[in-house]
Amino acid sequence: MLTHLPVLQVIVPLLAAPLCLLLTRSRLVWVFTLIVSGLAFVISGLLLQQVMATGTIIYELGGWDAPWGIEYRIDQLNALLLLIISGVSTVVLMAAHTSIRKEISPDRHSLFYILYLLSLAGMLGIVATADAFNVFVFLEISSLSAYALIALGKDRRALWASYQYLIMGTIGATFILIGIGLMYQMTGTLNMYDLSQRLPGVENTRTLFTAFSFFIVGVCLKLALFPLHLWLPNAYAYAPSIVTAFFAATATKVAIYLLIRFTFSIFGLSFSFTALPLQLLFVVLGLAGVFVASTSAIYQTNIKHLFAYSSIAQVGYMIIGFSVSTVTGLMATLLHMFNHALMKSALFLALGAVMYRFGSVKINDFHGLGRLMPYTMAAIVVGGISLIGVPLTVGFISKWYLLMALIEKGWWPVAVLILIGSLLAVVYVWRLVEVAYFKPPVAGNEAVKEAPLSFLIPIWLLVSANIYFGIDTRLSIQVAQAAAHSLFGVSP
Amino acid sequence: MTSVFLLAFLVVIAVAIVRMRDLLAVSMLLGIYGLLSASFFVTMDAVDVAFTEASVGAGISTLLMLAAITLTGRSEHPTRHKPVLALFVVLITGCLLIYGTLDMPYFGSADAPIHLHVAPHYINNSMQEIGIPNIVTSVLASYRGFDTFGEVVVIFTAGMGVLALLSVVRRAENITKIDSINDSMHAEYLILRIVVKALIPFILLYALYVQFHGDFGPGGGFQAGVIFAAAIILYAMLFGMSTARRVINQSVIQFFAAIGVLLYGSVGVVALINGKSFLDYSALSADPVAGQHLGILLVELGVGLTVASVMVIIFFNFEGRRDVLQSQENNHKGDN
Repeated sequence: MLTHLPVLQVIVPLLAAPLCLLLTRSRLVWVFTLIVSGLAFVISGLLLQQVMATGTIIYELGGWDAPWGIEYRIDQLNALLLLIISGVSTVVLMAAHTSIRKEISPDRHSLFYILYLLSLAGMLGIVATADAFNVFVFLEISSLSAYALIALGKDRRALWASYQYLIMGTIGATFILIGIGLMYQMTGTLNMYDLSQRLPGVENTRTLFTAFSFFIVGVCLKLALFPLHLWLPNAYAYAPSIVTAFFAATATKVAIYLLIRFTFSIFGLSFSFTALPLQLLFVVLGLAGVFVASTSAIYQTNIKHLFAYSSIAQVGYMIIGFSVSTVTGLMATLLHMFNHALMKSALFLALGAVMYRFGSVKINDFHGLGRLMPYTMAAIVVGGISLIGVPLTVGFISKWYLLMALIEKGWWPVAVLILIGSLLAVVYVWRLVEVAYFKPPVAGNEAVKEAPLSFLIPIWLLVSANIYFGIDTRLSIQVAQAAAHSLFGVSP
Repeated sequence: MTSVFLLAFLVVIAVAIVRMRDLLAVSMLLGIYGLLSASFFVTMDAVDVAFTEASVGAGISTLLMLAAITLTGRSEHPTRHKPVLALFVVLITGCLLIYGTLDMPYFGSADAPIHLHVAPHYINNSMQEIGIPNIVTSVLASYRGFDTFGEVVVIFTAGMGVLALLSVVRRAENITKIDSINDSMHAEYLILRIVVKALIPFILLYALYVQFHGDFGPGGGFQAGVIFAAAIILYAMLFGMSTARRVINQSVIQFFAAIGVLLYGSVGVVALINGKSFLDYSALSADPVAGQHLGILLVELGVGLTVASVMVIIFFNFEGRRDVLQSQENNHKGDN
């Protein structure tokens, strides 16, 4: 069975989704979903171990050889992503049963879990596959389920947010499809490895340039790069808390993975960075994203909005690391993908706990929260500190590598700007800390109790991961380094 | 020459769709657009794609669009602002696309990369490896069977999304009320009803033909499922939702939607258990070609089941919403 791990990674949650429809009771469906997601997590762990020990794993679906059939290729890069996605999904799901009771009407609970599993399977499928068209198919699965999940939010504005995301996301997916279609036209193949072999032969054609431009724009829409980020804040703010915690940690990372995979492994480094002025473009847009989004975050009164804007800023950091296009730069991006997933899932899950008790996450609800919900608020503080990048948290590790990469490259002004950008994070995190610890609760809120254990356990699991991987960095750095080395084609 | 005419028509209709404010006319034009595209695909010798486009683009999506319009009203709200920026973006996109065509291989040229690399293998080996005459089906269902599995899941996801957003909990008292509304509404369509009643068995039979003939000619689970669903939707439109609901139970339909995906998946899992790769149909029988046959038959059945069920789910839930709206309106009138 071990040889089938790559495909099991995807089909276990994929087949579990229709099975949920045959179960009836909400609690039963939840337990089942949790077990399935946990199983996916175990599989991804085994895969990562196997990849680190023996190198790339190839799995041919349907038993057909590669360019004719579809194959899965698991290397260090996607093994890391699989681990992030399935891990976050599992931890977040622990709180799902408690959280959605307050946010979603009971007759939709099993549909919620079905869509959640489909979304999970979609993302895992995008990451695991080595076939360009298969990417699109699974992109559709994950996006469609995402639109429906976001629209399930309690606030009616969730519908509008989801609609905006649907339009933007569909444009992004169509652009990606046009890119893939043109690539197929010029090479006659859809297999990623085969594409990377055949694309250099048609490098100087205008068609390939068009394919590349469409692909980059489509992916940038999906990863919410400034100024294509407008769909993100509302989608994250009005979605059910569990959905926000899951997507904030994973959805944009999957798009960044696609960007890295296509530019490094398919189009190749030299083509990607010369066909379009990607380096300049991404540094400028990344920095603009950091500053504009962080500044917007400071002025938000809905705390889910605040952290959604912060997510856009963090995408900026990842893109800057990517644009440096050195091994260290790419490592910084990969580390930040891993670390940011830990921070944001912890933060949004804690916001979910606040939502559970107050029914909203306005700044007013945070008055005196340090006394009312001490453990939840402490988790938000640790998550916030990690977001700023204080030593002994994961945030520090990725910022440190990013600065190293920039200094290695000699981009001093960018490094300075990034430090200034981090100060903006201090401002918006401090706003929360100030009202939570130095203001008395708003009248009527005094009787609010601490969140139930079903919230506190997953929140603190994630918070301790934030601290643990900030001190013991062996796993994250080792994998990120191996992935970056293999993408640059240098032996470590 | 034909394709130039067809493309010219497509452009005219696309412009008309953008300019129209009447959504009923727009959805009719979209149906025509679908039919024209299908004809265009036929002239390009892509009959399987044409068939899908005809049944989906011109057929079921028009029906679903109509169902949506009955909910939203048929005229578009006039927008005050002029979307200049959007026009600018669209123009750039269009220019880039045209720029991209400059280095494309000519349509139909024999030395285009798509004809030289992967395709020859399918053409030369499909008969020995899979043993069915329709190469499109062998690529779709076997060589790239995992993509098709993904597409079925996409359709399943769409159905679940509609259920999650639109499904209403029905109460017993409501149903009797809706009954009377429906019956009064549909009393006048006598001729249509009789014609449709005579047609439906043939549509269903044709769907089954398309389902099982996919190995030999254009067709397969996707088209068959859509045609099957169209027959049921037609029935529901003319005989009222309450009658249709008596024939087709909602939870049974949901069950079938899940079973379709599970059938496709379990064919793959059986291969896994026999020690082959996921979706390797040759594991299903001692003779690999017979296994391929059986596998394709089963997965196409799964596709057909899910597609038909999901289309019916979408339509029924749209209509269910309308019933709710109507009974609300009636209640208001009663209050006044």
